[in-house]
Amino acid sequence: MENKGLTKVDIIFEKIDPKAVLIKAYKMTSAEIIQDMLDSGLKGRGGAGFPTGLKWKYTAAEKEPEKYIICNADEGEPGTFKDREILDRVSTKVHGGMAIAGKAIGAKKGIVYLRGEYRYLLPKLMIELDSFHKMIKEIGFDFSIEYKMGSGAYICGEESALFESIEGKRGEPRNKPPYPTVSGVYNKPTSINNVETLVTAMMIINHGAKNFTQYGTKDSRGSKVFSVSGDTPTPGIFELELGMTVQQFVNEFGDGDTKAVQVGGASGFCVPRKKFAETIIGFEGVPTGGSMKLFNSSRSMYNVLHNYLDFFNEESCGQCTPCRVGCQQLLKGVEKVKKGEAKSTYLNELMKLADSMKIAAKCGLGQSVGNAFKSIVGNFREEIIY
Amino acid sequence: MINLLINDQKISVKEGTTVLAAAKELKINIPTLCNHDDLCVAGNCRVCVVEQKGARTLIASCATPVTEGMEIHTNTLKVRNARKHVVELLLSEHRADCTKCYKNQNCELQSLANEFAFGEHVFLDLVEDHNYTIDRSSASFIKDDSKCIRCQRCVRTCSELQFVSAISVANKGSHQKISSFHNRPMSHVVCTNCGQCVNRCPTGALVEKTYIDQVWDAIYDPDKHVVVQTAPAVRVALGEDLGYDPGERVTGKMVNALRQLGFNSVLDTDFSADLTIMEEGTELLVRLKKALVDGDKKISLPMFTSCSPGWIKFIEHKYPEFLPNLSTCKSPQQMFGALAKTYYAKKRNLDPSKIVSVSIMPCVAKKFEADRPEMRASGFKDVDYVLTTRELAVMIKQAGIDFRNLEDSNYDSIMGDSTGAAVIFGATGGVMEAALRTAYEIVTGREVPFGNLEITPVRGMEGVKEATIKIEGCVDAWKFLEGAELKVAIAHGLINANKIMRLVREGKAPYHFVEIMACPGGCIGGGGQPIPTNIKIREKRMKAIYAEDLHMIRRKSHENPDVIAIYKDFLEKPNSHKSHELLHTHYVERDNY
Repeated sequence: MENKGLTKVDIIFEKIDPKAVLIKAYKMTSAEIIQDMLDSGLKGRGGAGFPTGLKWKYTAAEKEPEKYIICNADEGEPGTFKDREILDRVSTKVHGGMAIAGKAIGAKKGIVYLRGEYRYLLPKLMIELDSFHKMIKEIGFDFSIEYKMGSGAYICGEESALFESIEGKRGEPRNKPPYPTVSGVYNKPTSINNVETLVTAMMIINHGAKNFTQYGTKDSRGSKVFSVSGDTPTPGIFELELGMTVQQFVNEFGDGDTKAVQVGGASGFCVPRKKFAETIIGFEGVPTGGSMKLFNSSRSMYNVLHNYLDFFNEESCGQCTPCRVGCQQLLKGVEKVKKGEAKSTYLNELMKLADSMKIAAKCGLGQSVGNAFKSIVGNFREEIIY
Repeated sequence: MINLLINDQKISVKEGTTVLAAAKELKINIPTLCNHDDLCVAGNCRVCVVEQKGARTLIASCATPVTEGMEIHTNTLKVRNARKHVVELLLSEHRADCTKCYKNQNCELQSLANEFAFGEHVFLDLVEDHNYTIDRSSASFIKDDSKCIRCQRCVRTCSELQFVSAISVANKGSHQKISSFHNRPMSHVVCTNCGQCVNRCPTGALVEKTYIDQVWDAIYDPDKHVVVQTAPAVRVALGEDLGYDPGERVTGKMVNALRQLGFNSVLDTDFSADLTIMEEGTELLVRLKKALVDGDKKISLPMFTSCSPGWIKFIEHKYPEFLPNLSTCKSPQQMFGALAKTYYAKKRNLDPSKIVSVSIMPCVAKKFEADRPEMRASGFKDVDYVLTTRELAVMIKQAGIDFRNLEDSNYDSIMGDSTGAAVIFGATGGVMEAALRTAYEIVTGREVPFGNLEITPVRGMEGVKEATIKIEGCVDAWKFLEGAELKVAIAHGLINANKIMRLVREGKAPYHFVEIMACPGGCIGGGGQPIPTNIKIREKRMKAIYAEDLHMIRRKSHENPDVIAIYKDFLEKPNSHKSHELLHTHYVERDNY
């Protein structure tokens, strides 16, 4: 297994001349931009990790004249706060990434779907967007961006629920297929990318795909911005090369008493101390949209799990059975086991239920509830029971 | 064509076919719950999940189109476990007091439970964790959230078929529920009481308000004289709840059964349907004369039919500025009710206060209609109890009647005679056809120029139908209509009604007369008809309606002897003062929540 160790890098927030990068992109063909993305091996930074080049390629291939590029800034995963920082500090790179993506897929319209709680960023973003629009007009881009606000529902970070929300409907995931690249917002071909992905895409154009592939591992190219929180003396935003182990991460950020790290937020995986050394942070190990939460021995993993299940119970859209009812059963189930009102073996039934949710739920939310549940119950069973 | 394998069997189907439909072609049954033939795909119950080779998760067969080379397995261990979990999860949220439930043995969740979740249930009961409410505010139906499985069939019905959206999804997560505007009671929202949601609810969450016990009490009360009327569409659907295939005509057996149940007089709404044609047809001709000859600008055209109480409530909520366009005629049910406690009472020498008037309707909106304060022209509640086709079937079963082996029987006299024109009221276009058969003949002295009186342009399942009838060779009294082209339109299902209303509002509707029925297919697809419903079933019922028409001796309303008699003995003439007192009504503007 490749292990790159822990290296801090500075790409996302690096000072660049955005106009120069955009002029460079403007002179490239759609196919060249997409090829750069494919060569770079860039995978989506929101957490799911779909190859960005492929997403753009599929959207570019659609014949429909009206297409959309959407920036998913509905950063809602518990413990993730890197997109806020990126938008606050380098919004021009976000907008630039969208213009480049627009050029690649043939979209003239971009929409940033901004998390409702980030509304306070809007006045500043609007000013920056204004000068961005002027800049790309000078270059020659036929492209414009508008902002749409979320209203606080976690599910609206799911791409198709996000489309519904933009369209003014209730934020519920759609059936797939059709995928967004074929029929996304307003039923038009849509490429939807995370804030960080778009910035990274712009930086790939700046530095070249080859340069990007020097960072990271075969399955997880490049670097990534991590949101570090929990029991750590140094919480905050850190850009790190992909490919380190959880152990190396804990050595850097832990408080010396770390017993578990929740990688990827509520929908991610809990890694216990005994697996720190063998677990790579990345798509070959535990993927993450950036959330890294450290827990030391003073923390009850029952409380951690309860908190996550409570969250899902609240934030499931409630549309599909496995997620709506499954979340209630998992929550009530662990409560009963904890209180001794259900046998500890009932956890085995709940583990099976979590498996069913993983394969039968309609969208990524319901399918990933089982990640936290199984990894916490699987690794800290005694803390759930006693 | 797309080639795929389902359970190792090869099949080729058209592009766009779902996995579910492809499996059906192979006679492979995949259970479903949120899926309904009349509605768009939801894919939210997850009962129909199947395994696709190479896919990370199971796929919902109802929502997934086939792809070339796809390999599907519908009955793997993985699938069975997931399906069992899904059904058990649904049951854990559902108040499963089946023996008390009106939908017992006619419940899709119960059937699935029998297949997948018999024996001990693994999961915890969540019913008490939810603050479920039962809304009994509607005169027509009960909404019991504790039975709801959130399949959203009702929500889709209300928006896609009816364009009403009185109910929608509210809240999220464990609090998600089917609710109304600001959680108002169903009696205080735009709900038209059409009952199409009731027809499609897979469980007992939406059921009609039943009056079976009250009707039994009346029947067994020696002081009461209980009359019953049966709507046209009941006779072609009742059989479905009594073991017959859709499309079976059971008129004669139904009449016999009603008599055996103990009703004192078994009469026919078809009689008052014929009467409606006389009143409404005359009203139309008078409006046309005032507008075309007298140049009266106050006359509202097009004139809309007023038989369908779901439609009435729709226009009262959504297009109140067009209430003057509605015919002032009461529906046949209410005309009958008003006459039962006046004309019929007089003829039979009965004290109207002792008469209990019951109607059997394919409809749940009729329950609301009978409760309207306007419907007391006789000095009493004109129609005391409205039962659906389904409730009648329950009563027949309760009485232990061997329906299949009953002899055919005829309606009682006075208000029991009818024509083929009346029975076709049950299908979309029927009122129009019946009206044309009579009005054309009044104006020209000749029968409508269609073979066998079948006015085919107004028939069929098309959402909006249009026709133009040229009027030629008028008799002297109607000479002013000579050469006129009567333009008519017909819509069924409120989404289609809305299409016409939009045109009317924009001033782009060229029509003189418009028939609108709230339910898909007209009354044959009414909210009180046997469950399930789908387009095939409705088409069979429609065919039966037209067969019933052909089978009648008289097929034009003005030839109905009971109608001729009532004008001679009681009402004098159509639109007379007496008619206006008893047979006509007015409408009210309602808010749009």
